[in-house]
Amino acid sequence: MKNNSRISKFNAAVLLALMACLSSHAMAQARAPSADQGKQAFVKNGCWGCHGFVGQGGIAGPKLAPEPKPIEYIQAFVRHTRGTMPPYSEKILSNQELVDIHAYLKSIPVGPDYKSIPLLN
Amino acid sequence: MTEPKQQGHSPESRSTDVPLARRGFLGGVLASGAAAASAAATLASSSAHAAEPAKPSALPPSAKGAQAETGIPPDLGHGQGMPGSDFMVDVIKSLDIKYLPSNCASSFRALHESLIDYGGNTKPEFLTCMHEESAVAMGHGYFKASGKPLLTLCHGTVGLQHASMAIYNAWCDRVPVIVVGGNDLDAAYRPPGVPTFHAAQDINAMVRDYTKWDDTPVSLQHFSQSFVRAYKIAMTPPYGPVAISLDAALQMAPVHLHEGKMPYIPKYIPTSPPQGDSGAVKEAAKMLVQANNPVIVVDRAARTPEGVGLLVQLAELLQAKVIDQGSRMNFPKTHYLSAPATAIANADVIIGMELSDFWATVNAYTDNNSNDGHGTNASRIKPQTKLISINSVDLLTKSNYQDFQRFQVVDVQMAADAQTTLPSLIEAVRSAMPADKKDLIAKRGELQRKAYEEDKVRTRTAAALGWNESPISTARLVMETFAAVKNEDWALVASEGNVSNWPTRLWPMEKHHHWLGRSGGYGVGYGAPASVGAALANRDLGRFSVSIQSDGDLMFAPGVLWTAAKHKIPLLSVMHNNRGYHQEVMHVQRLANFRNRKVNLDGDMGPVGTSIENPDIQYHELAKSMGWWAKGPIKDPAQLASALKEAVAVVKSGHPALLNVWTQPR
Repeated sequence: MKNNSRISKFNAAVLLALMACLSSHAMAQARAPSADQGKQAFVKNGCWGCHGFVGQGGIAGPKLAPEPKPIEYIQAFVRHTRGTMPPYSEKILSNQELVDIHAYLKSIPVGPDYKSIPLLN
Repeated sequence: MTEPKQQGHSPESRSTDVPLARRGFLGGVLASGAAAASAAATLASSSAHAAEPAKPSALPPSAKGAQAETGIPPDLGHGQGMPGSDFMVDVIKSLDIKYLPSNCASSFRALHESLIDYGGNTKPEFLTCMHEESAVAMGHGYFKASGKPLLTLCHGTVGLQHASMAIYNAWCDRVPVIVVGGNDLDAAYRPPGVPTFHAAQDINAMVRDYTKWDDTPVSLQHFSQSFVRAYKIAMTPPYGPVAISLDAALQMAPVHLHEGKMPYIPKYIPTSPPQGDSGAVKEAAKMLVQANNPVIVVDRAARTPEGVGLLVQLAELLQAKVIDQGSRMNFPKTHYLSAPATAIANADVIIGMELSDFWATVNAYTDNNSNDGHGTNASRIKPQTKLISINSVDLLTKSNYQDFQRFQVVDVQMAADAQTTLPSLIEAVRSAMPADKKDLIAKRGELQRKAYEEDKVRTRTAAALGWNESPISTARLVMETFAAVKNEDWALVASEGNVSNWPTRLWPMEKHHHWLGRSGGYGVGYGAPASVGAALANRDLGRFSVSIQSDGDLMFAPGVLWTAAKHKIPLLSVMHNNRGYHQEVMHVQRLANFRNRKVNLDGDMGPVGTSIENPDIQYHELAKSMGWWAKGPIKDPAQLASALKEAVAVVKSGHPALLNVWTQPR
C-alpha cells in the first residue's frame, strides 16, 4: 500500500504538470467548441460505451456529466491515463473533438435529485 | 433386444434376406430413399433420349422387396416382459424428479416412450425443448429456485455437444443437473445412418472435465445403482452436474433377473455435507473476535434460506460488515451490515465463504496494457490482513478447466461447506468472545449503520443520473420493473447483460429466492433458459418471476421462449436491449486505443463484430411468434410503467410476457 500511495502521489504530480502544459495547448483549436459536434464525437469514439450516452456513468465508467471536470483535467486524463480507461491519442481523438466533447458534457442539464424521484425513495 | 442368433451378417444380407426389424426401420427408409433418388436420376437422364419409352415416376418394389415388407417374419426374438426402459422410469420416479426438459432424440426413444406412456408423463413431466443447452440451463435455473435437481435427456454426441456450455455453467455455479445421453454403444448392432453418427465409445469424455461424476451402466441393475449414485453425488455439496451414458440397447432389452431376482432400486439417503475441522473453526473464531475490523465476504455461502439466517447471526454477533458478491442471495441488502466491495480496504481479518475467486476479492487487476499487455495488479487490503476461507470447492478441483483462479495464500483454509460449518463457527465465536470487547463491537456496528445510510444516498444519487433519458437508463429500467412487481412475492431469476448491478444495489433483497445469481461460467445464453427454468419452479411455489433479459443472451437459443409458452410458464422478461455485445464493445475499443488505431465502426455504434443493429431485432415480434404476450420497442421512459403494468397482469394470469426496452449500454 505504501508503494501504491507513492505511485498515486507521483501520478497526481504528473497530472498537474500535464494539465498546465495542455491548458495552453487546449486553446489552440481551429474553431469554437461545439456541443453538437461533441455529441457526435462522444458516440463515434466510444465514450458512450462506459459512460453512457449522456455521461451518466455506470459500473464500467464514472459519471462525466452533468458538471464535468475542467477541460484541462479531462485532456490530461484522456491522453495519459494508465488506469482502466484506455488512453486516447490525438491520432484517435483530435484536440478539437476533445473540446467539443467537453462542450457537449457541459451542455447536459442537471437532472432531477433522487429525493424527487418516488421510485428511488 | 434382438438376440444375435446369426453370426457374421453382412449389411447386404440383412437388407435383403431378413424382414426389417424395428431397429432397421430407419436404415430401410434411408435405403428406400436412396433407391428412389437413384431412380429419379436415371429417369432424368433417360428423358433426354426421346426414343425410349416413358417409365413410371415411382417404380414398384421388386418381388423380394415386397416379400420382405409384407411377409410374415420368422421369430428372431423380441424380448418378453417388462422393457428395460420401464424399469428405468421406476428408478427415476424413486427420486421424485418433477420435470424433464429435453429435446427429443432417437438414442433415448425407448426411455422417452416409457416416460410418457408407462410413466404417465408425470414426475417427471417431459418438457419439449428446442435446444439441449436450453434444457440444461432450465435445470440450472430450476434448482436455484427450488433446491431440487432436474433430469435432462439428450443425444449422447450431438445433443451433449449442444448441452456442454450449459453444463459448464452449472459446473462453475455449483449446481446439480442430471444429464443422461443416449448412445448406441454396441457397434455390432448399431443401426446404420444417423445412429452411427450419433454414437461414440465414451460420450461422457467430452463433459468429464466439468461434471462431478459420470458412468456408463451396462445392465439395468447397474443403471439403478448409477442413477441413484449420480443423484446423490450431484446433491452433496459442493453440488455439481453429473452425466450418465445410456445405451440404446439397454433401454430396449427386457428386464432380466439379476441373481435370480428383479433388479432393485437403491434407496436415496442424502449425504451429510462436509463440515469444517473443529480446530480450524476455533482458530478462525479466535481471529475474528480479536479483530478490530473483521469483514465477511460471501459468494455462494447460503445454499438455502437457512444459510441467510446463519450469516445474519454471525455478522450481528461480530458486528462485521458483509460483502455479498452475489452468486446467491446470501445476506439481506436491507441489513445495515451489508457493505460494498470496497469495505475490505480497512479489514484486519477477512473471512471468505464459498468464494469463486479469493484472489480477485483481495487484489485489483487493471487491464491497462502494461507488462506486455498483462495489465497491473495491486493489493486491495492492508499488508497484515489475515485471511480465512471456508470453501467446499477445495474438495473438488480438476485440472483442465481452471475455474479455481489465481493462487491466493490464506491463513486458515477449511475445505468444507460454509453453510454446514456456520453453526459451529457461530458457537465458537460466542465462546471466544471476551466480555471487554462488547462495547468495541457495538461501536463498530454504529459506525456501519452510518456508513450504510451514506452508501444508500450515494447509490440513489448515481441512479438518478440520466433518469429521463432515451435510450432508457439501466437504473430507470430496473426501478420501474421493481415498482411493477414489488407487491408480489417476487424473484429476480436472472439479470443478464450487466445493468450496472442496479438490482442488487437498489432492490430490497431479503429472501433467499429474491435473487438467484448469475451463470457461473459466464457462458452467454444462460439468462433466457435459466429464467424459464426458475419460473417453472416458482410457478409451483406461487412466486412471481421476473428477469432482466439482454439481447445477445436471448439470441443464442430463443426457442426457449416457445417452451415457456407451450408449458404455460409465467415469466416477466424485461429486455435490456442495448443493441450490442457490450463487454466486447469496450474490449475492442480498448485494444484499438492501446494500439493507437481508430476503431472500425463500419456504420454501427460499436466496433465491427460487436453490434446487434442494422437491422434491429424485433424481440417483441419474435416473442409473439412463439406465443408470448409482448410489446416494444419501448424507448421513452415515460411509457415503461404502463407497459409493465400490462405485462404483470399477463404474467399473473399464468402466461409469459416480454417487454423489448431500448436501454443505455450499462
